[in-house]
Amino acid sequence: MNRRIIFDRFLIQRFGISLLTLVAFLTVIPIIAVFAYIISKGAPALSWQFLSAMPSDGMRAGGILPAIVGTFYLTLGTAIISVPLGIAAAIYLAEYASENWLTRLIRIAIINLAGIPSVVYGLFGLGLFVLFLKFGTSILAASLTLSIMTLPVIISASEEALRTVPQAFRTVSISLGGTRWQTIRKIILPQALPGIITGVILGLERAAGETAPILFTGAAFFLPHLPNSPLDATMALPYHLFVISTQVPGMPIQIQYGTALVLIIFVLGMNVTATIIRSRARARRQW
Amino acid sequence: MDKIVIEHLTLTYPSGTESLKDINLKIPANAITVLFGPAGGGKSSLLRCLNRLNDLVQIQTLTGSIFLDGENILDPKMDVIALRRRVGIVFARPVVLPTSIRGNLTYGLELANEKRKSRLDEAVERGLKLSALWDEVKNRLDDPAIALSGGQQQRLCLARVLANQPEVILLDEPTSGLDPISTGKVEAALQELKKDYTIILVPHSVQQAARTSDYAAFFLQGELVEYAQGKDLFTHPKIKRTEDYIEGRFG
Amino acid sequence: MKRSLSWSETLITAVVKTCGYSAVVFVLLIFFFLLREGVPALGEVKLSELLSTRWYPIENHFGILPLITGSIIVTLGAMLIAAPFGIGTAVFLSEISPRWLREILKPLVELLGGLPSVVLGFLGILILAPFLRTFLNLPTGLTALAGALLLGGIAVPTIVSIAEDALDAVPQSYREGALALGATKWQTIWRVTLPAARSGVLTALMLGIGRTIGETMAVMMVTGNAPVMAIKLSSILAPVRTMTATIAAEMGEVANGSTYYHVLFFIGLVLFVISLAVNIIASSVVFRSKTRAERVLS
Repeated sequence: MNRRIIFDRFLIQRFGISLLTLVAFLTVIPIIAVFAYIISKGAPALSWQFLSAMPSDGMRAGGILPAIVGTFYLTLGTAIISVPLGIAAAIYLAEYASENWLTRLIRIAIINLAGIPSVVYGLFGLGLFVLFLKFGTSILAASLTLSIMTLPVIISASEEALRTVPQAFRTVSISLGGTRWQTIRKIILPQALPGIITGVILGLERAAGETAPILFTGAAFFLPHLPNSPLDATMALPYHLFVISTQVPGMPIQIQYGTALVLIIFVLGMNVTATIIRSRARARRQW
Repeated sequence: MDKIVIEHLTLTYPSGTESLKDINLKIPANAITVLFGPAGGGKSSLLRCLNRLNDLVQIQTLTGSIFLDGENILDPKMDVIALRRRVGIVFARPVVLPTSIRGNLTYGLELANEKRKSRLDEAVERGLKLSALWDEVKNRLDDPAIALSGGQQQRLCLARVLANQPEVILLDEPTSGLDPISTGKVEAALQELKKDYTIILVPHSVQQAARTSDYAAFFLQGELVEYAQGKDLFTHPKIKRTEDYIEGRFG
Repeated sequence: MKRSLSWSETLITAVVKTCGYSAVVFVLLIFFFLLREGVPALGEVKLSELLSTRWYPIENHFGILPLITGSIIVTLGAMLIAAPFGIGTAVFLSEISPRWLREILKPLVELLGGLPSVVLGFLGILILAPFLRTFLNLPTGLTALAGALLLGGIAVPTIVSIAEDALDAVPQSYREGALALGATKWQTIWRVTLPAARSGVLTALMLGIGRTIGETMAVMMVTGNAPVMAIKLSSILAPVRTMTATIAAEMGEVANGSTYYHVLFFIGLVLFVISLAVNIIASSVVFRSKTRAERVLS
């Protein structure tokens, strides 16, 4: 064989692999930098008072309590609606549905729900929940909007978790005189639960960090008090960060970074929790 | 007395892979009946019809009748849940449910809403004793069942069926994955059990068929070729194809 | 006892089934409400006006072309960045990096995917835009380029995650076969693994595009919000305004039921149709490749 060709081949390979490595690190390093930067800039702003006080002086001082509480309420409201609905839908797809055109239609619908731009969800929520159903700009309308946006994530993850439970368990349970639902409730759901919880948390994580869907459905620029009913509008961390970084002149930079850091902790805390649940469950699994 | 009477049973799958062609068979009570023959002959399909597990898979057509104590179990009005309690099944690969040894035994009764502890404990002990597992596990009933050895798991599966107090026990190559000692234990347990139960076994070898059978049915490509008492069929088969198979000319 | 069991079984089956259909109902509901609020725009604004190049709603100029071109230029820019970096990273993770490194880097990249876009927009305003302004000597850093860079960052996790899964799913025997025939590792990646994972990589790119077009907050915060036609190459260094940003920025200020309101819903309808098309193409790519794989195997 020609020595030159071999030499060239390996030269190209060396070059190519170095290039790919470079690309990967150029992708990863900014990610680390972003997190490190926000943490280092935001940490000095964090204090008990920042987390527990109402904003004052046109939000230029004081704390961000109403935004934290608001995001908590919105996440909770989203969970209450989307978790039972999403898990039930996943159970239908994994355990009941047969492969026919209707099931294919449902799958196409789920894929498309996942791809609809978040601001379009906002429009939809405005049209249906705020105006048509007259819920007004409220936690209820915003939670419903976020729920539908979260639904495809929860359905897909839960269905996958249900499908990883070995088929043999179902056959055995049925052969011992179990009904389909008994089998699901006693065997399949408990085994799939860690995977379902992981998917639920990842879905809610997305809901907690979203701004566009709540812009016209539930977010308040500023509220002097905490919301006291699901029909109240609410402040929320991501919207608050948007407001103080674009709409309020003379905003102290430290408060902005502090708010960004709290939002990241809120969202990534959920992400890390999900990862831990997943890896623990995998280690403990009996099949 | 015939426990199960199968008349003109015909089964086809949508893919047409494995089917049963006009099967007629009388299965006596308190005996071991083996269904044997090469793979794909329809033995497992027939077994699964006997407790309607075939409901779980897509089939093209299912005609004919299966009478259990005179009642046609293929009747759409049949209560399949009750049927599956009366006709239990043990599969080729031991599948223990992801819970404790005790949990596996009580699972069937809990499905039927049995909550009385005395009844559950009684069922655990009875099942484990009948499957000759009691002495090995009686001190660790709350350990995860997955920790048992393969042979123990398969006997646990048998015990789980017995805890349901069935009338008929179906076994689909129950010893195919087991070592000879475990196989011997399972076979010995079956010989004890046949006094009280009707046992239908798909063996994993001709030798096992000859060893265990009171009655034997030879299946080939969906047809019942020959059916007789085991001691006759394995020594003096009447049909050439049976003889060829038993003597190992094809398989 | 038996009766109540089968009764509850029937009830539960009905509930589960209803929930199963919910996704279809929601897609239809979303479509219906966008139509209901968006289609009147076609009656209130002439089509020629709608397709004009001037977006100035206060004087009743509702030309959405600047917004469409804005979305296109930002998306194109983002994909020019995200495609090479996303696929390159996916190939690195799947084919080159040692296992332990991959176990660290992939979750890290996916962590970026979980970062709220408003946080990226916030950093864009404070760091990226000033940097671009001084580095490129521009009047403002809030440009299409800033939007493209941020959106690239948002699309990368989507692309890496899906493309890496696709590469990972290529059977090991393909690689071993190529290496056994004397191919170098690089040739194996380039001529065997990547082509084998082609449909998955395409899906990753399509879904990346979908995410980019639909992204709202980050792009609204850093693109400068100027609804001008972005059709020249130099537009990348000028402020633009995307469809999503227009809705997000202006919906709060319009009167319900006005022409302006209807036009904003109409833009939402356009976005909905685009996302529908992107997702159907992406999923049909997956679908086709699966049937081909089945043909090969059978």
